[in-house]
Amino acid sequence: MPRVRRRAVLPATAAVLGLVLTACGSRVGEDGAGAAPAESCVDTSGDSIKVGAINSLSGATAINETVIRDAIEFAVDEINADGGVLGKQLDLIAEDGASDPTVFAEKAEKLVTSDCVAAVFGGYTSASRKAMLPVFEDNGGLLYYGQQYEGLEDSSNIFYSGATTNQQIIPALDYLKEQGVTSLYLVGSDYVFPRTSNAIVKAYADANGIEIKGEDYLPLGATEFSTIVNKIRTADADAVFNVVVGDSLVAFFREFTAAGLTAADMPVMSMCLGEEEVAAVGVENVRDHLASWNYYQTLETPENTSFVEAFRAEYGADRVTSDPMESAYTGVHLWKAMVEKADSFDVADVQEAADGVSYDSPGGTVVVDGDNHHISKTARIGQIRADGQIVSVWESDGAIEPDPYLTTYDWAEGLAD
Amino acid sequence: MDVVVSQIFTGLSTGSIMLLAATGLVLTFGQMGVINMAHGEFIMAGSYTAYVVQQATASAGASLLISLVLGFLVGGAMGVIIEITLLRHLYHRPLDTLLVTFGVGLVLQQVARDVFGAPAVNVRTPSWLSGSVEVLGAVVPRTRLFILVLALVCLAALAAALQYTALGRRTRAVMQSRDLAESSGISSRRVDLTTFFIGSGLAGVAGVALTLIGSTSSTVGQSYLINAFLVVVAGGLGQLRGALIAAFVLGLLQSFLEYSTTASVAQVLVFVVIVVFLQFRPQGLFSLKTRSLV
Repeated sequence: MPRVRRRAVLPATAAVLGLVLTACGSRVGEDGAGAAPAESCVDTSGDSIKVGAINSLSGATAINETVIRDAIEFAVDEINADGGVLGKQLDLIAEDGASDPTVFAEKAEKLVTSDCVAAVFGGYTSASRKAMLPVFEDNGGLLYYGQQYEGLEDSSNIFYSGATTNQQIIPALDYLKEQGVTSLYLVGSDYVFPRTSNAIVKAYADANGIEIKGEDYLPLGATEFSTIVNKIRTADADAVFNVVVGDSLVAFFREFTAAGLTAADMPVMSMCLGEEEVAAVGVENVRDHLASWNYYQTLETPENTSFVEAFRAEYGADRVTSDPMESAYTGVHLWKAMVEKADSFDVADVQEAADGVSYDSPGGTVVVDGDNHHISKTARIGQIRADGQIVSVWESDGAIEPDPYLTTYDWAEGLAD
Repeated sequence: MDVVVSQIFTGLSTGSIMLLAATGLVLTFGQMGVINMAHGEFIMAGSYTAYVVQQATASAGASLLISLVLGFLVGGAMGVIIEITLLRHLYHRPLDTLLVTFGVGLVLQQVARDVFGAPAVNVRTPSWLSGSVEVLGAVVPRTRLFILVLALVCLAALAAALQYTALGRRTRAVMQSRDLAESSGISSRRVDLTTFFIGSGLAGVAGVALTLIGSTSSTVGQSYLINAFLVVVAGGLGQLRGALIAAFVLGLLQSFLEYSTTASVAQVLVFVVIVVFLQFRPQGLFSLKTRSLV
């Protein structure tokens, strides 16, 4: 019902936006250099510059996105305290995406065409990103999407600061193979990321002589895992490849542990189990199992130590910093670095300058690939420790170049179609 | 072989969860004819009761037992409030009841989100329920055994109460013939209220038990509501033994179908079986034999 209404409102909103557009101050694109499809209305005349954030603070994924908003605000505050960008303080306009892709698209449109922000940080599910993509492309905006995802995308109006599949899924498989794993059981929540991810796993397994003993999906939020755990137990695979997400993780790991399975007999390699999720599942149910991310709070680098310390000083000593937070935080800093290199807030200039921009993130130095707008990242396999923290037990040989279409892997041929 | 035993147990366990969620509905939907869409939110209230009690007590074991009692009272109290303020005025208007209780459910979900936050919360499993036991070579989690026993105990207690107590006799009298019961001096209003209290209270108990399986969020009840209605309809309105058999048959069906196919295919097949079954037996497994014409 609300959706029907919103659609009816859209034309009216667009009409109002038209008026607002002309009411904006000096334009970035005025000199005609900007090749943006629509004329930008970003006001660069004052002492401050507007930037936007869209994260869900309500609805199903609020649990994951609220902390990401904190990380974005933290980065913005940090930049402001450090003198801003090109001498201008950042003015963050924050919106609630309400876990609804339609709302994400509407808020993105508001931020780009009505608030006239220079860049937007946020987005979480792939559905939310796909919904916002045309908004940024049509209006010449910039989105910094800081979330690991299923790849197979590259928009010139989006910078992807989370891992693509060859920086998370493939390293996880490399690690398992290195550990002598010869058979896998795939389990996931039933939506695009787990399905795409498992298609990659199967192609990899096929090329590397790993046997897939089974593949099962349950709806998002499902709690009845006993049949799947039974199947896993009797299939007797060397390891489980787990792309279950969100609340279902609790039910899955409780059932897995209650069935008497441990990390010693059958380790579970999870793609979506971060520090927050470990706390929710209860460490007694996930101890010693594995996770694949690019960042863990326990990393001992100078950048991370000061990041964790400063974040906790601001948001509380009990707070954890996780990979999605670190990626979003890095996205804000990357935007700053790109703007400074371009010496301009103009979208076209930033796109032009992006290639090769680097930033020493808490997870290591990252470099932007100007062609596909992803960044190089170090992959790390983590093991869940008794205190609920995840420690890196394996690290890729330096940062991995992003390859969202997996073109550099022979076995992945045809997957991108 | 142990796979078959495991799956039989999984089926019984799935069935027992459906049964627990449905037992209260047997009374409120089956016997009183109230289509209570907020039944799921009474389940949710039970889950959050377990969470609150655990925050307040140190021992996970003690808090579970306290929660079972408190969950019943909280669920029951919510039922009573809704019965007095809304449902009382809507008896014999099933469609209005459906819409009103659906609205109440949405309100309760939002209240839960405002009070406890949108993220799901977790209730720790007591140590005496963690781990598993081996039955005939199959590994059976203790939490699921507990829920199975709890479901049977609740059902048996309800059956005994209906059969042997004065309250139970009055309830049955009102459900079978309201007019006749009233003319024999039974206050049908009080019976309605008590019945609704017990039915809603049992939803609260189900909510407490469900915290042993998964996490608790504002939508936890919703996900069990459809299956609960299914059990009541397939079992025959107001029939406890019907609900018992329907729940376990559906649970076993689901578990074996899921084992040989996938979760979503199994769910579809279970629905197909129920639809076909209801074509031939619209009244469900059992039905009340009365001489009334309706």
